[in-house]
Amino acid sequence: MITDIAEKISAGERLNYDDGLRLFLHPNVTELGLLADYIRRQKHPDPMVTYNIGRNINYTNVCWVRCKFCAFYRPPGDQEGYTLPDQEIFSKIEELIGVGGDEPESCEILMQGGLNPKLKIDYYERLFSEITQRFPAAYLHSLSVAEIVYIAQISNVSVKDALMRLRDAGLKSLPGAGAEILDDEVREAIAYRKESTQEWLDVHKTAHRIGMKSTATMMFGSVETVEQRLKHLLRVREVQDESLATREGYFTAFISWSFQPEGTELPETRKATGYDYLRTTAIARLMLDNIENIQASYVTQGPKIAQIALRYGINDFGSTMMEENVISAGGVSFVMPTDEIARLIEDAGYSAQRRNTRYELIENSDR
Amino acid sequence: MFDKLIKKAGLEDIYDKVIHEERLSSEDGVRLYQHPHLPALGYMANLMKERLHGDKVYFVRNQHLNYTNICNKGCLFCSFYALPKDPAGYVLSPEQIQERMRTYAEIPISEIHMVGGVNPKLPYEYYIDIVKAIKEVRPNVSLKAFTMIELEQIRRIGKKSLEETLIELKEAGIDALPGGGAEVFSERVHEELFHAKSDSDKWLDTARTAHQVGLPSNATMLYGHVEQTEEKVYHLTQLRALQDETDGFLSFIPLSWHPERTAISHLPGPTGQMDLREIAVARLMLDNIPHIKSFWIMNTPAVTQVGLWYGADDMDGSVLEYEITRDSDTDRMQALSQNQMLDMIAEAGRHPIERDALYRVLDTPDPVLPSYLSVELEEAHSTM
Repeated sequence: MITDIAEKISAGERLNYDDGLRLFLHPNVTELGLLADYIRRQKHPDPMVTYNIGRNINYTNVCWVRCKFCAFYRPPGDQEGYTLPDQEIFSKIEELIGVGGDEPESCEILMQGGLNPKLKIDYYERLFSEITQRFPAAYLHSLSVAEIVYIAQISNVSVKDALMRLRDAGLKSLPGAGAEILDDEVREAIAYRKESTQEWLDVHKTAHRIGMKSTATMMFGSVETVEQRLKHLLRVREVQDESLATREGYFTAFISWSFQPEGTELPETRKATGYDYLRTTAIARLMLDNIENIQASYVTQGPKIAQIALRYGINDFGSTMMEENVISAGGVSFVMPTDEIARLIEDAGYSAQRRNTRYELIENSDR
Repeated sequence: MFDKLIKKAGLEDIYDKVIHEERLSSEDGVRLYQHPHLPALGYMANLMKERLHGDKVYFVRNQHLNYTNICNKGCLFCSFYALPKDPAGYVLSPEQIQERMRTYAEIPISEIHMVGGVNPKLPYEYYIDIVKAIKEVRPNVSLKAFTMIELEQIRRIGKKSLEETLIELKEAGIDALPGGGAEVFSERVHEELFHAKSDSDKWLDTARTAHQVGLPSNATMLYGHVEQTEEKVYHLTQLRALQDETDGFLSFIPLSWHPERTAISHLPGPTGQMDLREIAVARLMLDNIPHIKSFWIMNTPAVTQVGLWYGADDMDGSVLEYEITRDSDTDRMQALSQNQMLDMIAEAGRHPIERDALYRVLDTPDPVLPSYLSVELEEAHSTM
């Protein structure tokens, strides 16, 4: 029974590791939903779910890392490798602004790519400055930790200097990509060439210290146990405590999604269920008392489970994602028009409200 | 805390009735359908589910057979039928049905579920023959066959009374009726979507007669198209009233409509929250029907598994070759393996019970938790 944990939640007390583990082992998903929905309403009393207009731009698929869970990358030298020409990137941004309207900094650009040995920091500085000058409506929420660490390394600068130069060129915030499970035992099993847990956390901390905001993610359902998921959540919470104390940047949102085994080196992995997703999402809402927003992952869960999750602690439906290449390379991908997102939100008893990447509300000019 | 949250959601009076095993009114039903706090509905429905079935979840190893897709009813929500003379139309002979069954001879199937279109060309003897053919291949299988709508056609073509028809089919080998074709008990929806088919009174009369001759049945409701809340509540209360009279319904199955390939495919179809809500409200309203089934083909496996905490105690079965609802023209195979079903039930913290069509218990396999949940709580201690 979790009555004592429910009482802690009701009293506004912070949950600890043991509480979290007991929640993960508690099968009654409706009780987790009741508690997570209660906290969600404390943090977001208005019956509203936000969404964002944005698109992924996978500017290169060349990557030397070869993570087992990734079906997207091509190794350097592979003839299927690409780096998008600037003009193609610009026309993708134009397309996005065509949908999202020209309010300044309202359209989110999520540039993510492989670790491509040919692309040093000057490539990004030039590209980001040009995007910022050409498209005032764009908001660069781009690059994963792995990319930043790699860019710094091949350009012989520190991570902090790299982040400051990228920021000055127009990079506004960091997506939480590549967090996978922030536990080295898991990372060694599924992403041993990637940054360590500490490195991932440090890059976000550094970004926060220079005034940048970021998001945090968790990819569950590969080889980890619920204990390792819980450690992940607590590590994110600890960094957030520190970042909030310095009053600079911080995590704006947390997003969890499930590992998509198709096309990866772990194709036989049992795929995480919607039940697991709802419980994990609800527990994230309960444990992460210092993160304002919890985002849905309809790309991995599909519209039905993602909509149910709006009563499991989620207050944001994420971005419209005009295209998505990384997860779809792993087999499953749901892309949804804004009208459909709004219908699902309204069917769940909320109003649908567009926001920007900073979670400021903007007018629903797109509808 | 949980009862406080239910009360805070404004459901205190309904919660009290659930706790005290009092029957819910139609007004309660409408409020439940319209209440946005989905987990609160699930929480209450689960109290009732656990009172009836504890942590048991029933499943069946079954094969679906659709003997013909030819149908003259033209229901707008249907993607399965072919009109008479359409080259896509087919009728399976008794031999072809036996052949399909023999394909799975090595699987210990305990239930055959057989339904088809209303095909005016088929003689009365055909129906008797296919029932006998099935029992010839698997004498011990429990056979659940023919919706109320098909029975009406069989009676008409045989120029017999409904009672006589049902008794002859029972003697030939059917054990229960599947309960399809109920759609939504509403004259308005009937006119709009399925006017050629018999209406709700006829459906209920047929079910009543079947129960009286000793053939139990399931009951269904197809939702997520043009129906309104009040119409669904009416549907549930009509079934509840008949059950008070006959006690012949084994289970209720809310059917999540799929728009793909139908004449009204412009409609968006039901959402995930709606699917769970239908399960929960059905469990709470239908206090006299023993089982609530979440049929995974219609609800998706993901929603079905969550539904095991929203009032459902049954997830149907392996379902080999399901043709009524499918998203492409070519894919006829839709199946969950025994292990997949057991895994879904175990992960959800439930106890699997293998049953036949009449809910007789065949096996009680031990649930095995997926590895990510295999953590000893005693060993856990604070590391952070």
